[in-house]
Amino acid sequence: MQFINFISNLAMPMIILIIVFYGLTEKNKVFDSFLDGAKEGIEITLSILPTLVGLFVAIGALKDSGVLDIITYAMKPILDLINFPSELMPLAILRPISGSGSIAIATNIMKNCGVDSLIGNIASTIMGSTETTLYTIAVYTSCIKIKKTRFILIAALIADLVGILTSVAIWQIIS
Amino acid sequence: MLNIVWPIFIIISFSYAIFSGNLEKLNSSIFESTNEAIKLSISLLGTICLWNGIMQIANNTSIVTKLTKFLNPIIKFLFPDLKDNFKIQKEISMNIIANILGLGNAATPLGLKAMKSLQTENKSKSTLSNSMMMLIVLNTASIQLIPTTVIAIRNSLGSENPTSILFPVWVATIVAAVARNYSN
Repeated sequence: MQFINFISNLAMPMIILIIVFYGLTEKNKVFDSFLDGAKEGIEITLSILPTLVGLFVAIGALKDSGVLDIITYAMKPILDLINFPSELMPLAILRPISGSGSIAIATNIMKNCGVDSLIGNIASTIMGSTETTLYTIAVYTSCIKIKKTRFILIAALIADLVGILTSVAIWQIIS
Repeated sequence: MLNIVWPIFIIISFSYAIFSGNLEKLNSSIFESTNEAIKLSISLLGTICLWNGIMQIANNTSIVTKLTKFLNPIIKFLFPDLKDNFKIQKEISMNIIANILGLGNAATPLGLKAMKSLQTENKSKSTLSNSMMMLIVLNTASIQLIPTTVIAIRNSLGSENPTSILFPVWVATIVAAVARNYSN
């Protein structure tokens, strides 16, 4: 654990250090390059902001109106059939659509069921092996104003589903 | 896509809140969400500026050229439409490298830069090209070696072995990534 902690703490400073050092040895105007890139960063963030506001409101409403609980309840019979713990359902629904929301729910599940329990381990694996698909697609398509996204959403959601089911299956095999 | 998903979310949850008497909660949730979005944007603004700046420095050195040569066979295989467009290949490989290292905040601006370059090559400007779809799919696949956030959460909750999930995470990532390539 300490070693992995060390590695993950080392990664960021190391990368910045190497890049700045490289820039200096090749006699570039390092800070001018930095400013050029950082200015571009402002534009990128501003183009994402409206998307974030819209999505956050919709997801917050879905969670706080109680709709998410209803979906979980309605799907319980199917979940029992494939041996999918129903405690994980809110996480499975929120994972593709909200990064901060799914972190909150996963933490909640780990706290309630025990962080080293089967369900806690599955929740961790789901978090580690999937991404906030909807957010990623929204950000990547809205920055260049794409309207027709073809079948990307369905393809990505199928892959998320496979990732979630694999997380459940592998822990049932291991333990 | 969001033109369909977004109104569905709004209609279902707002009408349900009205009928179930959850209106008070919904009202506070709306304002909380907008605040959260702004808070996230502000914290993103700093990291995106920083990483864009750092990567711009890297861009002007030979370091990326070296890493890109290393990743080139994989990029050529995944993006057959790019042929020998070295600039875009470079941007994509920088995005992939940031993803593998778990630098999510750095990966996004790099990926968006690659998207912009891909758009200049795109024949139909309002439709995703094949290469764009592959880039998005790679970025939804969570191809990182060490899922630092989850391990940090597990550690903070007092797990006996926070890193015990690493192997299952790799397996699930690979299986999901294969599924992505097939469904694409």
